[in-house]
Amino acid sequence: MGQITLQGVQKSFGPVHIIKGADLDIADGSFVVFVGPSGCGKTTLLRLIAGLEDVSGGNILIDGKNVVDTPPAKRGLSMVFQSYALYPHMSVRGNIGFGLKMAGLPKDEINRKVEAAAATLNLTPYLDRKPRELSGGQRQRVAIGRAIVREPKAFLFDEPLSNLDAALRVQMRIEVTRLQKQLGTTAIYVTHDQVEAMTMADKIVVLNGGKIEQYGSPLELYERPANLFVAGFIGSPKMNFVTGELAKQQGAATIGVRPEHLKIERDGAGGWQGTIAVAEHLGSDTFLYVDAGQLGMLTARYIGELSLHAGDRVSLLPDPARIHRFDEAGNALRG
Amino acid sequence: MARMATTRRVVVSTIGAWFFGFLIFFPILWMVLASFKTELEAFAVPPSFLLFHWTTENYATVQERSDYFHHAMNSIIIAGGSTLIALLIAIPAAWSMAFSPTKRTKDILLWMLSTKMMPPVGVLVPIYLIYKSFGLLDSRIGLVFILCLGNLPIVIWMLFTYFKEIPRDILEAARMDGATIGRELVYVLTPMAIPGLASTLLLNLILAWNEAFWTLNLSTSNAAPLTTFIASYSSPEGLFWAKLSAASTLAIAPILVLGWFSQKQLVRGLTFGAVK
Repeated sequence: MGQITLQGVQKSFGPVHIIKGADLDIADGSFVVFVGPSGCGKTTLLRLIAGLEDVSGGNILIDGKNVVDTPPAKRGLSMVFQSYALYPHMSVRGNIGFGLKMAGLPKDEINRKVEAAAATLNLTPYLDRKPRELSGGQRQRVAIGRAIVREPKAFLFDEPLSNLDAALRVQMRIEVTRLQKQLGTTAIYVTHDQVEAMTMADKIVVLNGGKIEQYGSPLELYERPANLFVAGFIGSPKMNFVTGELAKQQGAATIGVRPEHLKIERDGAGGWQGTIAVAEHLGSDTFLYVDAGQLGMLTARYIGELSLHAGDRVSLLPDPARIHRFDEAGNALRG
Repeated sequence: MARMATTRRVVVSTIGAWFFGFLIFFPILWMVLASFKTELEAFAVPPSFLLFHWTTENYATVQERSDYFHHAMNSIIIAGGSTLIALLIAIPAAWSMAFSPTKRTKDILLWMLSTKMMPPVGVLVPIYLIYKSFGLLDSRIGLVFILCLGNLPIVIWMLFTYFKEIPRDILEAARMDGATIGRELVYVLTPMAIPGLASTLLLNLILAWNEAFWTLNLSTSNAAPLTTFIASYSSPEGLFWAKLSAASTLAIAPILVLGWFSQKQLVRGLTFGAVK
């Protein structure tokens, strides 16, 4: 079991409010990603759940039990750190087995569990090496091994893949997701990379300035962003925002259209017209950055190759069903 | 061509390194050589380097005239005692400043160091009077106390920098793994801090061993360590170079041997954190 509930959790460091009241329900076995720009409080929130920081207010419930006064070791959670935080003087075996040793398990049981975890993570040949003799990816695996071997109620991941190169990151992303599904253990994963968030999460928590902006499944966030911040943060390239007369016609202060929901027409007469400033041809996609005069810079995405170049005139036709409307305060208008 | 240039550079720098190494080592070598000369040969001009009449007579005289082992024992007790007490105080102090610093931690560190900026002679008279009225003059406890206090700022500074190098994440990982503060200390922090602790201990031992100002001023015979023993050979009856050299060689021998065997540890500790 690993159900985690936050009730009005607050954290301040001196006069600075880092977390301004977070309410959250994380179902057992789900994979939840905290995402947001740097400084939004996502790591702090994770550390509050871990018990590495004390809350300034509110409750944290693990399986219904309030743990705000429980030390980290007693919360039954395990954590994977951004820096891996392996014990440099211990072998891989010692690193993975440290938690079990602290729990006072008999030696042969520790060995059995460590070897099972190592086998899951393809670490068996490295069990007697020191962390400094391993590559980045292997170190990351050891850190994960240390987390899974204790069979915790939940895994906490603090940007665990940010120190890996791009190719390895994609590979580890898949491995972590698969491992979590296989074990069925609740996971909370902090990242600033929205692609990681979208691909790994069952549910995403978007944080900004210490507040939870939205909590929902990746597609919910993509299709029905609650406000301008979420709309702009989720999706790549970023959603286009248009204000002024055009928005007013739609009964909104701001309207937003994702680049992939703009139909591109060469020399068209209707829609939003402009001149291509930059055209990026990736083969699989074509990204156009269009200078649309008063509307500002607009981004349009075309699936596949489109032979348009900088300087060409285009008109962009937004898909009427995919226009997001926001009020003055930036909140989404529905219906 | 490029390879030849590299070889030449290696040869030149090797010769240079040996030359400077020898230059630094020379005073000690000369002292050891002089201790085996007769008094006459010791200040002969031009000096003979190796071709002199080797004698151990000076050592015998020195041991006969003043009790080497008595002074050596005092040195061991004073240097060892002051180092151990300094470490016992400095470890928790440096620990708390490194792992839970406050706004004032930097100021406290600087304040500690500022006490080293004052010349010791400035407080000699008050300290002497205090020692006199507490009966601490010429006592081992008194010397342990003053050397411990004198070196404490440096010990705390060194340990603070070593502890600072230990990533917080690792301690937090241990905490998540269920380690109590005590077990965290035993299984994680101490093994990681050993190079730093060892070099701090060694450096402080050397500093305390060679400390001459307070030991010369606050001790006469009972508690007199090897520094006093050496000083007694620069006497008003004239300089006896050979005997002075023999006394000095005897005085630095223990610390030299210790330093020789622990040089790897010492260098590692002193450059700790410089190379990742």
